Amino acid sequence: MARTRTPVVSGWFTEHPATEADFHLIGTRCRTCAAVFFPREDTCCRNPRCAGTELTGVALSRRGRVWSYTDGRYRPPAPYPSDPLLPWRPYTLVAVELAAERMVVLGQGAPGVTPADLRVGREMEVVPGVLYEDAERTWTTWHWRPVGWDRG
Amino acid sequence: MTGDVAVLGAGMHPWGKWGRGFTDYGVAAARAALTDAGLHWSAIPSVVGANTVRGGYPGQVAGATFARALGARGARVLSVYAACASGAHAIAAARAQILAGLCEVVLVVGADAAPKGFFAPAGGERPEDPDWLRFRLLGATNPAYFALYARRRMALFGDTPEDFALVKVKNAIAGAANPYARYRTPVSAAEVAASPLVADPLRLLDICATSDGGAALVLSSLDFARRHGAGRPVRIRAVSTVTPEYPQPALDLPDIATDSAAALPPAPRSFRESIAGAAYEEAGIGPEDLSLAEVYDLSTALELQWYEDLGLCAPGEAAALLRTGATGPGGRIPVNPSGGLASFGEAVPAQAIAQVCELTWQLRGQADRRQVPGARTGITANQGLFGHGSAVVAVR
Repeated sequence: MARTRTPVVSGWFTEHPATEADFHLIGTRCRTCAAVFFPREDTCCRNPRCAGTELTGVALSRRGRVWSYTDGRYRPPAPYPSDPLLPWRPYTLVAVELAAERMVVLGQGAPGVTPADLRVGREMEVVPGVLYEDAERTWTTWHWRPVGWDRG
Repeated sequence: MTGDVAVLGAGMHPWGKWGRGFTDYGVAAARAALTDAGLHWSAIPSVVGANTVRGGYPGQVAGATFARALGARGARVLSVYAACASGAHAIAAARAQILAGLCEVVLVVGADAAPKGFFAPAGGERPEDPDWLRFRLLGATNPAYFALYARRRMALFGDTPEDFALVKVKNAIAGAANPYARYRTPVSAAEVAASPLVADPLRLLDICATSDGGAALVLSSLDFARRHGAGRPVRIRAVSTVTPEYPQPALDLPDIATDSAAALPPAPRSFRESIAGAAYEEAGIGPEDLSLAEVYDLSTALELQWYEDLGLCAPGEAAALLRTGATGPGGRIPVNPSGGLASFGEAVPAQAIAQVCELTWQLRGQADRRQVPGARTGITANQGLFGHGSAVVAVR
């Protein structure tokens, strides 16, 4: 019954973090102009003033502040993995602004985090999460969780 | 102005859920536009279709499908796809043919038969497609993004759910007077507040539905219009289809993250501001010249955003502008006198064409009970997936 832990998309975050503090989203940085990209760009820099083609992996800041948030009260369509036979449980979506990168990254809230727990500007951290499980695999992803969140 | 093209005819098939294929709606709209123009299909040398895309693939390519249904007779044909801006891109292509002198008259048609519920990406495993990924990884539907923008406005500007509901109330009043609208009954603020939450803070009645519908235009050179006896036609003076400018600091459909503004400061204009700005610059007008605007109210909160992006008011003041009644019937600058997407629901490739149909009727003084008195200049504004958007300026 031991499922294999598999990232739902490969190369976007630390796959086997020893601790939560070792978990990062992974983007790329252009070696020419230093522009940062997430999701990663691996072949061409998208800065129109740059012709860079060498991009290297970079760990994004673990913490940022809420830019906005919402939830999904209805089951999203495929390819979202969800068993239509089970009752729908709303999840939270959080857009978090990373100060150093000056970018906003969307993610699901950690289990139990609801819109009532959030406000624009609240400090959040990225943590490893599970998107879903099937017979063989645990599909892993990233979640946003308020800093100082009571895990109870 | 040498860049103008004439709108000789406008036609629509009513929006709804009619249960037929998109071809029927497009042909009905095309025939209505041809009748309005006083031209027979056999006199049309070129047809441009705005593609409907179901399952990520335009199975029935629009231009050829409409041409065949109308009776294929060797006309020049072109089909375009630009997500929600497809209709405006079709207008842009037709206008370019006319201004380049390739042909004098072009028929533009867009129609859709929309599935019920959330729009969804094509099937299969396509991890290279951002649209597929946002559903796969996050379950981030279109309303989820609309809700993120709405919440952001509440935090930045103090907008309230009551402000959002007022947009629906206003547009429902306008839509009730439009025979082409799908929803033609007044809606109260209490009904909006009682509708189910879809994506906090937006409720079902804050979010536009998906609809069947068709819209068409007959465009021509000014010279052709004169020879045809159209004395003072509505003229399209600008069509903006610009891309966003890097880096954009606001999250946009269907992206999982924004550009980074660490290496290069944010572009001076937001994407929506630049869509409108390019149209104003091309037309040589500003927001103060407008009689009316048709904007893409995918949600109630997005209509407020457009007020600011069109320059109808300063950033953060849209809700105040709405509350003064300035954007309602009889106001200083009526917005969505057609009833907007709130009253139509979105029929993707037809919607931006329908916006121009409404401008045409308003500028001709043919908008009946929803007429904006003395309308002389109008703008449309629209935005869709993957950095597609449009604005069309029409004058008379």
